[in-house]
Amino acid sequence: MIKRSHFKSNGLAYLLITPQVLVTLAFFYWPAIQGLLQSLMLSDPFGRRSQFVWFENFVRIFTDILYLKSVGITLFFSLAVAFTSIIFGMTLGCLANRALRAKALIRTLLIWPYAVAPAISGILWLFLLHPAYGVVAYFLKNVVGMDWNPLLNGNDALFLVVIASAWKQVSYNFVFFMAGLQAIPHSLIEAAAIDGAGPLRRFWVITFPLLSPTIFFLTVMNIIYAFFETFGVIHAVTQGGPGGATNTLVYKVYQDGFVGLNMGASAAQSLVLMALIITVTVLQFRFVERRVQYTT
Amino acid sequence: MMVERTPILDTFTYVFLMAGICVVGFPIFYAITAATLPLDQVARIPMPLNPGDQFFVNIQAAWNEGNLGRQLINSFVMAAGITVGKIVVSMLGAFSIVYFDYRFRNVAFATVFCTLMLPVEVRILPTYEMAANLLGPLQWLLDVLHLNSLVQWVAGNNIEISLEWSLLNSYTGLILPLVASATCTFLFRQFFLTIPEELCEAAKLDGASAMVFFWKILLPLSTTNIAALVVIEFVYGWNQYLWPLLITTTPDMTTAVIGLKDLIPQADDIPKWNVAMAGSLLVMAPPVLVVLLMQRWFVKGLVEREK
Repeated sequence: MIKRSHFKSNGLAYLLITPQVLVTLAFFYWPAIQGLLQSLMLSDPFGRRSQFVWFENFVRIFTDILYLKSVGITLFFSLAVAFTSIIFGMTLGCLANRALRAKALIRTLLIWPYAVAPAISGILWLFLLHPAYGVVAYFLKNVVGMDWNPLLNGNDALFLVVIASAWKQVSYNFVFFMAGLQAIPHSLIEAAAIDGAGPLRRFWVITFPLLSPTIFFLTVMNIIYAFFETFGVIHAVTQGGPGGATNTLVYKVYQDGFVGLNMGASAAQSLVLMALIITVTVLQFRFVERRVQYTT
Repeated sequence: MMVERTPILDTFTYVFLMAGICVVGFPIFYAITAATLPLDQVARIPMPLNPGDQFFVNIQAAWNEGNLGRQLINSFVMAAGITVGKIVVSMLGAFSIVYFDYRFRNVAFATVFCTLMLPVEVRILPTYEMAANLLGPLQWLLDVLHLNSLVQWVAGNNIEISLEWSLLNSYTGLILPLVASATCTFLFRQFFLTIPEELCEAAKLDGASAMVFFWKILLPLSTTNIAALVVIEFVYGWNQYLWPLLITTTPDMTTAVIGLKDLIPQADDIPKWNVAMAGSLLVMAPPVLVVLLMQRWFVKGLVEREK
């Protein structure tokens, strides 16, 4: 789209878009093409010799038991993070929307975790759940009677990174649910109340369906967050361990490529992730388009 | 808004809200408490919950033990650089796309827009290679066209051309690759499209050039959008993890969020969790303060950016 009334000077227009296009080409497209080529090559760690091997790298990663395990872990991890943070965000959003007083204060007290870096969130929760010094771990061991040790037990470690990653997303989801709830016409709720629907029934019959676009959008955003942005949590807290129990796909790309110098395998894994994010983005835009048509 | 009187439900609402706020705030409350305690108390099991008086001692310890002083400056330069860079680059880009008619307009927009699908996490190694040598593509061109032998033939002796310009361990390297943003460009484009046509027509009638129109009309109209983006992008830049981890190799150039990792007590260390927590508080303070102080713009920016 362009403005009906616009300027002519063509040279200036190119000049204005140049920084954007240059950075994009240099740091997005060129590396993406390089990654594509690398995924089809087998090279020694020093990059001296490389050989074109077609799809061998892909065959190799999809028959690698460690990679498949990592796929499973990442799927569980991202669904758990999305589910936990959306449930909490929605509950808090609905409660805050009901509150008649101190709305601004409540919002203030609930949004700040958004600004905490995922890695720092990981450190905070590691301290709370630390088998020797953590207060929540103390509670789990002595009151609940669990044999709790995220440093040695894979499931416990996975639980730790899920909690640490979901915690800061609660704020993010809360902000969107607040916005979504405020957009619901008051007259609909009132009409239902006049027809005799109680608060809970009003929620299920009116509020929840009208929030469904928000929920869909947040599910996508939280899964993308869990896939990509939780790298800091994993790197700072568990380093993929114990025994690969928290080795998510992005952490594995970093480990195999940057630490293990296995270029081909790392590039192939990157490409799988790229395919995934392209699919999700296209799906999301399709959905958004349909939603726009629906409302007009 | 109130639909009907529900005193019992209202009480529950506030009780649950209080509980929720406490659960969400507990990690930070606990971190603050730990940061005020001396070592022997923080290592006690379970740790006492009444604060001590060692806060500034622990902050100082965190500052000195890690390289936090220097790293906080790095974080600040990176976050500020990304914020300013992103806003300038995408605002000019959106201005070009919306207010000019030229042949490659749609191509340029598509090029920028498709970067949505290429986050740094899916192109870790090649982006690192690019930053390690910005002239890599030129070198590749030289190699492919065998220009080396041509130059050798012209010069008459054996010289090797190798082009190198590395961004590793530099502020440019920390900032530049992250200033291209599809979301920001898209946001400004959407906003510019809502600005009435009459403004541009009037400016043109008055003989204003494109840049005068940009400075005198577009920029002042965009201030709320810019304020919202400043909050979001500052937090984004400050909290970056993977990219600074790749591009910096010395503790002097890395950012505070990454440097914090060195403060976590490992299995055989003295359990200095008080220092680790003091450090965490110090590093999370700037973005948290920005969000809290600019809350209104933050919420607006977050919700509109993702539309």
